[in-house]
Amino acid sequence: AGLSDISISQDIPIEGEITIPVRSRIRESDSSTLNESVRNTIMRDLKAVGKKFMHVLYPRKSNTLLRDWDLWGPLILCVTLALMLQRGSVDGEKDGGPQFAEVFVIVWFGAVTITLNSKLLGGNISFFQSLCVLGYCILPLTVAMLVCRLVLLAEPGPVNFMVRLFVVIVMFVWSIVASTAFLADSQPPNRKALAVYPVFLFYFVISWMILTFTPQ
Amino acid sequence: MAAADGLAFHEFEEATNLLAETPDAATTSKSDQLTPQGHVVVAVGSGGSYGVEEEVEEEGDKTALLQEEKPQPGFWTFSYYQSFFDVDTSQVLDRIKGSLLPRPGYNFVRHHLRNRPDLYGPFWICATLAFVLAVTGNLTLVLAQRRDPSVHYSPQFHKVTVAGITIYCYAWLVPLALWGFLRWRKGVRERMGPYTFLETVCIYGYSLFIFIPTVVLWLIPVPWLQWLFGALALALSAAGLVFTLWPVVREDTRLVAAVLLSAVVVLHALLAMGCKLYFFQPLPPEHVVPPSKATALPPNILLTPTMSRSMATS
Repeated sequence: AGLSDISISQDIPIEGEITIPVRSRIRESDSSTLNESVRNTIMRDLKAVGKKFMHVLYPRKSNTLLRDWDLWGPLILCVTLALMLQRGSVDGEKDGGPQFAEVFVIVWFGAVTITLNSKLLGGNISFFQSLCVLGYCILPLTVAMLVCRLVLLAEPGPVNFMVRLFVVIVMFVWSIVASTAFLADSQPPNRKALAVYPVFLFYFVISWMILTFTPQ
Repeated sequence: MAAADGLAFHEFEEATNLLAETPDAATTSKSDQLTPQGHVVVAVGSGGSYGVEEEVEEEGDKTALLQEEKPQPGFWTFSYYQSFFDVDTSQVLDRIKGSLLPRPGYNFVRHHLRNRPDLYGPFWICATLAFVLAVTGNLTLVLAQRRDPSVHYSPQFHKVTVAGITIYCYAWLVPLALWGFLRWRKGVRERMGPYTFLETVCIYGYSLFIFIPTVVLWLIPVPWLQWLFGALALALSAAGLVFTLWPVVREDTRLVAAVLLSAVVVLHALLAMGCKLYFFQPLPPEHVVPPSKATALPPNILLTPTMSRSMATS
């Protein structure tokens, strides 16, 4: 008898088991990651953060930052930047560089405002994905801060300033290119400039804070 | 004839009225000719509305977004606020251009906003202006130090906070007061209703745009040139405000109209002058002491603002 002879009646119950293959080990149920050593847990997250740093430094059209977003990287970068930018507490004068809290607030509230702006304009990127991209793209500016700090150890002068200016400008352009590579596609085409301009302003303010940093 | 009317360009609301009419016409006379034209009417009508709505509709919003018949979504929904950001790049640029060149006959609200105010322009123009003020104020100090090495340079980050608070309070509280006042006087006017709160905020927000290039030009350390640029920017900006408010205020009593318009202009002038004096005042030379001698000077000399006048004229 061939297959055409088979007729299936309505009241045969169907039983069985369905197993869904697990796609990535990161999405396993909790019981399998609960028993692993602390070193494994930390290394896994650190490797994810490191992978995203590479994606920012060599911006290509890839979805890694968007798909597996995390906020560890932005937090590390923001804290590093704020620690390096804060003025020393010895001088209590009003005018001086920013405090730690001011840098922190500018970075995080700036990122939240840009994300809200992008969503209100009709972009189809999620809130945390956008925060993740904006936070990770501060990496070039953090590198610029480190370089500026090293350059400031040398003697001050116009050459010193020119070197710092050049480094900050290059890293600023790198940040903008990296973030628009990830963010621009999520906007409707006639509003791209409206969504990109606040990102430009955000990184400009951070670059300005880095450039005007003077060690007390 | 209904068919000839159907081919003309209509606003969206009228197109739906025509669509309601054409089924009747289709059944009575040459239906083959009229039904395709009826479809053409709809296509023209939907093509004539802003394409923006269709793109916003693709968002997973909770309420229906058909322009002519949607009930206003509640203020707790996200789509309510999305309706305030419903602008394209070209529209924002057009509004900025309109604010830069005020003309007596053109009402900014009717001509450029077309009764679709947005919050994007005012918010980001204020943010840009606040940061540009702080940055150029800082740069002025750097340039002053290059010329006169005795001036002490420091980044002065607190100016960012001050600039932000000042600009945002001005651009949002003054329209609130103006809107409240105009609504209170609504009974005196017959012809023209008051502007909505958002339209007033838009007027003020876009009028602040001219100050952004002016502030950058204030870097040039020539005092009379700075005052000239300031006066020019103030004139253009205040003219824009006055031309927009004039149709609303014209029907009121002359006293109220004069007082209102002069109050608007005076507040604007106060803002411009306050920014110029606060952010572009290089510090006096007594501020600087080499660190070894810091203990010799009493601390209150460092904070006197009167010393700054001597530096301002140099």
